[in-house]
Amino acid sequence: MTARIGVVTFPGSLDDRDAARAIRIAGGEPVVLWHADADVRGVDAVVLPGGFSYGDYLRCGAIAKFAPVMGTVIEQARTGLPVLGICNGFQILCESHLLPGALTRNDHLHFICRDQRLRIDATDTVWTAAYTPGEEIVIPLKNGEGGYVADESTLDALEAEGRVVARYLEVNPNGSRRDIAGVADPTGRIVGLMPHPEHAVEALTGPSTDGLGFFASMVTSLIESAP
Amino acid sequence: MTLDTVTHAAEHPEDDQPFAELGLRPEEYDRICEILGRRPTSSELAMYSVMWSEHCSYKSSKVHLRQFGNKQPEGGWPQLMVGIGENAGVVDVGDGWAVTFKIESHNHPSFIEPYQGAATGVGGIVRDILSMGARPIAIADPLRFGPADAPDTKRVLPGVVAGIGGYGNCLGLPTIGGETVFDASYAGNPLVNALCIGAMRHEDVHLASARGVGNLIVLYGARTGGDGIGGVSVLASETFDAEGPAKRPAVQVGDPFMEKLLIEATLEVLHTGLVEGIQDLGGAGISCATSELASNGEGGMHVWLDRVLLRDSSLSPEEILMSESQERMCAVVTPDNIDAFMAICAKWDVEAVVIGEVNDSGRLTIDYHGERIVDVPPRTVAHEGPVYQRPMSRPMDLDALQADSSDVLPRPTTGAELKKTLLTMVASANLASKAWITDQYDRYVLGNTVLAQPEDTGMVRIDESSGRGVAVSTDCNGRFVRLDPYAGTQLALAEAYRNVAVSGARPTAVSNCLNFGSPEDPEVMWTFAEAVRGLADGCLELGIPVTGGNVSFYNSTADTAILPTPVIAVLGVIDDVERRTPMAWGPDGELIYLLGDTRAEFSGSEWAHVMHGHLGGQPPRVDLAREALLADICIAGSRDGMLTAAHDVADGGVAQTLVEMALRAGVGARLWVPDDLDAAMFLWSESAGRAVVVVARSEEMRFTDMCAARGMPATRIGVVDSGLGAELGFTSSGDAGQVLDLSGKFTVSLAQLREAYEGTLPDLFDSGFSR
Repeated sequence: MTARIGVVTFPGSLDDRDAARAIRIAGGEPVVLWHADADVRGVDAVVLPGGFSYGDYLRCGAIAKFAPVMGTVIEQARTGLPVLGICNGFQILCESHLLPGALTRNDHLHFICRDQRLRIDATDTVWTAAYTPGEEIVIPLKNGEGGYVADESTLDALEAEGRVVARYLEVNPNGSRRDIAGVADPTGRIVGLMPHPEHAVEALTGPSTDGLGFFASMVTSLIESAP
Repeated sequence: MTLDTVTHAAEHPEDDQPFAELGLRPEEYDRICEILGRRPTSSELAMYSVMWSEHCSYKSSKVHLRQFGNKQPEGGWPQLMVGIGENAGVVDVGDGWAVTFKIESHNHPSFIEPYQGAATGVGGIVRDILSMGARPIAIADPLRFGPADAPDTKRVLPGVVAGIGGYGNCLGLPTIGGETVFDASYAGNPLVNALCIGAMRHEDVHLASARGVGNLIVLYGARTGGDGIGGVSVLASETFDAEGPAKRPAVQVGDPFMEKLLIEATLEVLHTGLVEGIQDLGGAGISCATSELASNGEGGMHVWLDRVLLRDSSLSPEEILMSESQERMCAVVTPDNIDAFMAICAKWDVEAVVIGEVNDSGRLTIDYHGERIVDVPPRTVAHEGPVYQRPMSRPMDLDALQADSSDVLPRPTTGAELKKTLLTMVASANLASKAWITDQYDRYVLGNTVLAQPEDTGMVRIDESSGRGVAVSTDCNGRFVRLDPYAGTQLALAEAYRNVAVSGARPTAVSNCLNFGSPEDPEVMWTFAEAVRGLADGCLELGIPVTGGNVSFYNSTADTAILPTPVIAVLGVIDDVERRTPMAWGPDGELIYLLGDTRAEFSGSEWAHVMHGHLGGQPPRVDLAREALLADICIAGSRDGMLTAAHDVADGGVAQTLVEMALRAGVGARLWVPDDLDAAMFLWSESAGRAVVVVARSEEMRFTDMCAARGMPATRIGVVDSGLGAELGFTSSGDAGQVLDLSGKFTVSLAQLREAYEGTLPDLFDSGFSR
């Protein structure tokens, strides 16, 4: 059994190679998916990587949701295909209404790249099962529009249902409401995360290897659920 | 408005032409007429004027730059695959890998329009690297601004930083290094230099030449618009249709998303073998690309200018030739491959059009709607421009300046004075943390960044299976160059060389960006010539070739030239990036050694600048043999696992080096002043050829034996000690209780140092993101 995890390349995707590397290091098989191709090649899960899809000159992710590949991803996600959206991918998931809320310009108006401490609050998603509840990790954060916003009732519901996947610790780097760094859909199969776990999978190049858990969770889940 | 065709030009020799407004001198105009045997058409005049500009032709610097080619070891440089003259030199880095790197300036545009000026500076250098067939893998940005607290710096700096970030981050290239220096001389003329590194397999090296009769010239990428037309706006407004487009902004506007697509499309056509030659479009646009491609080939070239896809249909042919619209490339493709080439461009949503054809005419001819508007020998445009031996004279004030040494300035002696000086120095704009700037750049993308600022050098892995990597560092202390341009430039070379070596990489090649004032000022020209001579001699002695570079003249405000600023970039190679040496020191008990000799050398130093506002004297002594030895020691120490940390000693002296190592690690240390030095000399002298290294106790004998055997002075100056702080009761987040303790003199907490070091830039340029 191999865990075939697709990584979508949109025009302007930047961290697609990094996401593929992280999947490989976690023991999965990365599969290249192309924005203009509606065929998702029978993958078991999908990662929407970071970057600036279509330049993001409009609202981040607003054009990507109309890509042919996203038609298929959205359709299959509604019936259980696991999807992890990182940074721009998180923005695309929100624009596609697979996750609630939106990502807005950082409150300090600058792009920010830093090693960010997070707490994993939800470990019952397919992308975070490898972590322990409350585990603290340090992974890179890099965004210009990473402020998570939603109305109060949505935020209350996310917290009540345990769908806040990760929160910023020490500093809130972008003005996200309630320090939210990532959220999940009600099934725990669709997760959006603003920081970049794919940049923390090798001690050599990352601040830690703390990001590996996201990919390892998925690979383990696929292998365990294999018939 | 009638078209100024070749026929028309021949029949109307009497027509006045605005050559002076285009920056050509009367004798240069006469020479163009002589080459052509008639007056040039307005299109030809436009082409010659930009290609013979200082920026494109290097007419004032060429006679000096020749030394980089002439001063080389017998048999040439072994590591050099492609030398100066191409878009960027190419260096063999082993295992079949080649690396190309280059710096360029975008100084004036960045002053006028900081965001776009800086953004397009990044875009331009990335295309230079791409045109060698390499995948761009990292960028670095050496920057110079006026005083940090000057009102105009508040306008320029945030815009430049946002522009570099906005463009570079969107391209998906990690920004791994650079420097930021503040000095009053840059107040009206900031320096924005951008460096890019690219990697490729040996067989993928491509050159910009149009060969093969019948091959097609394809222009692809962004459409051509009216942006970036500098001199030609004069032409447009004075000679051509007054109803046409008004004077355009001379600064180009960048579209990083298009550049990203251009990178991916270009790499795909290169790797599928669809391209015979390739050329980026930068300064001078289509004029430059077509004349250089034709000039580098054997035959000629014909271009149908009306086929160029336009953003603005009202552009005149002269403007199309001169436009510096960004994100465009030119490729030479065989007719057999053209469909496949076009298909790849279409895949990436990149527009492409065949605009010309290689022929055997020996001429570059350009038609516009069936009429011949250009008919020139391409070499006369691209490579045989004017060359000047500008008058030179040693600056009148240099003797007086050199006699006014900083070594006699009063130095602090008591513990209290020393501590106060340390905190002032660490918080000063040039020495303070640049995180406010570098945190706006993505250093992680591509997943190969092994070291990035504030480390001595940026280091990226180029081969994931072997761990082979390259490192790059850029440096220049313009004050040293002002005091002695020959020695000062060698000190810049030595510092960049040292930075690369302390991280464990073997210095291999040099690029440069020579930022100076007006070449028409004989004192500036003398300074420039001395700098080039110093660099060429230094490179020969260190055994590393200059692979390319850029000259930026006319950096002055009114009559005041900037500090002469030859920014030197050194590229290094490391067999296995796992072996790199970082700057953060290791665990408790590890031993801190100072390598090299410390003398009273304060002239041109940061200490003289910050504490006394003084500039005078002779810069620190240059000893390149010692630099080479220091590099060998650091590289051996890294390779053999003897060193846990190393950091170069330069601006701000040993004090700054130690503070940065401690803050990076968040761990304190006990330190002592060597017996033969006074404390201030130990802390702030800027003697060259030194580094601080940290050695595990188990490796101490092996390391000091190696130093002794090779004649490298190694002085134990301290021990890493995390236990000091607790008993002194310092508490604060992060480095809770860590201190630097200078034995018998003073103790300072890391919390206090961090506050001084990290507070300066956020306080000056809005707090923005609060930590």
